[in-house]
Amino acid sequence: MKKELTCIVCPLGCSLEIEIGEDIIVKGNKCEKGKNYAIEEIKNPKRILTTTIKIKNGKYKVIPVKTTAPIPKEYIFPLLEKLSEIEISAPVPIGYKVLENIFQLSIDVITTRPMETKENTRKTKETKKST
Amino acid sequence: MQKEVDIVIIGGGPAGLSASISSAEKGKSILILERNEELGGVLNQCIHPGFGLIYFKEELTGPEYAYRFIKEIEKYPNIEVWLETMVVDITNEKEITAINKDGIWEIKTKAIIFSTGCRERTRGNLQIPGTRPAGIYTAGTAQRLVNIEGYLPGEKILILGSGDIGLIMARRLKWEGAEVIGVIEKLPYPGGLTRNLVQCLEDYNIPLYLKHTVVEILGKDRVEGVYIAPVDDYGNPIMDNKRFIECDTLLLSVGLIPENDLLENINIPLDPRTQGPYVDQYLSTLKEGIFSCGNSLLVNDLVDYVTLQGILAGKSAVRYINNEINIEKRAHIEIDGNLRLVVPQYLSYPILEDITFYFRVKEPQKSAILTLKDNDKRIKEWRFPVVKPAEMIVIKVKPEFLRDMENPKFSMEG
Repeated sequence: MKKELTCIVCPLGCSLEIEIGEDIIVKGNKCEKGKNYAIEEIKNPKRILTTTIKIKNGKYKVIPVKTTAPIPKEYIFPLLEKLSEIEISAPVPIGYKVLENIFQLSIDVITTRPMETKENTRKTKETKKST
Repeated sequence: MQKEVDIVIIGGGPAGLSASISSAEKGKSILILERNEELGGVLNQCIHPGFGLIYFKEELTGPEYAYRFIKEIEKYPNIEVWLETMVVDITNEKEITAINKDGIWEIKTKAIIFSTGCRERTRGNLQIPGTRPAGIYTAGTAQRLVNIEGYLPGEKILILGSGDIGLIMARRLKWEGAEVIGVIEKLPYPGGLTRNLVQCLEDYNIPLYLKHTVVEILGKDRVEGVYIAPVDDYGNPIMDNKRFIECDTLLLSVGLIPENDLLENINIPLDPRTQGPYVDQYLSTLKEGIFSCGNSLLVNDLVDYVTLQGILAGKSAVRYINNEINIEKRAHIEIDGNLRLVVPQYLSYPILEDITFYFRVKEPQKSAILTLKDNDKRIKEWRFPVVKPAEMIVIKVKPEFLRDMENPKFSMEG
């Protein structure tokens, strides 16, 4: 089987041609890093997932989250599905664990910002006004 | 109401945040004026990873990157932050008029740092013919709706323009369950970074139509579809080959405009190439005591560069107040060949430190050579295996190469 990929290791963006047989043969790469990238992309492509989840009583209705490490691509949509059913409550700090050890990968899903409650946001505004 | 501080920073995004820290370190009193309800600027809605690889040497999301600076400024009692505050006027005497819930403020200051960022080009800028239905958004507005407000702007989406925000939104909307029909780009090459093309479009088989544009928008109350057409080598649409694409939403990712209306009010000259002010290596505009950094200086592709510009502008403002900047003469830097823009555009002598130059090119080019000349005498060369319009070129030059130049010029040849 043949596959084409664009290398993203550096701005050069080499067009890679990959032959997948017993061995993986990479052509078009100008350096060793490109070869490693192609092999990893074929064998086990991984991505960090970032999305939002619902939050109760927060300053906003949703809060951004991420996986703590790249996850295999095939887990992206199942994880999105799972996260769409979750709702947390404000206040939460940054780095708060929303899900632990997803798909037994030793990877968590954490918040990427803190979020105050609605009431608290209002309060800080009023304090500012009085000073 | 009156207020007096050493330095006013207009805009509390990544440029303003880092400028506030680098100037507060030297003990000056700093006031950040931010029109939004929180600090961080556009980073708050950029929830994807890819930030900080240069500055922090690790990969962060936008909100995480902003949070590091927001936490840091809490340590400085000499930094004051006014949120939901809009600057409406500036005078030549550095008097700022700002409005917030408390009323109208007259603020006196010794130095001003502009870190006002960009606004997005809209349908009005492009003048796309057709009706005016709901469902037409700039990519950044859609990004805010999805990532902060929690709304999905549509279900069947076409994106015009292959800038980074458009590419990021293609993947984001796909993840949220929308159908993303494709990305249309007028130019023969994509506008965004390669990694975004790969990870946002190729990963999800979202097609990219190069040398195409939207020629008409249809729909009464809501977008019902658009006509797209290929363009010729001059960018003119070939109407005979137009075809209909059904969609309920059109996102525009067609470029950013640095926000410098306030500078124009006090006649600070803007560079038509960057749409930001002309600056020297201190990031000082041609009016002393007024500095510029971040996306209002030039559209950056990485926030890391924005941070570095903010740090420099903050330090320079402090040096200006302390009378440590004594300019004997100034030389204008020319550009030539494949170079589209350079920042800084001026050298102020004497030059005491390394200077970072930022460039963008007009066309993609392989094995490019960037040359620094003075009166056509070659001073130094830099070689690049490939250069692209979407990716800024950043070089650091030592003072000895820039000494006593009369007509400094950078050019890029093949």
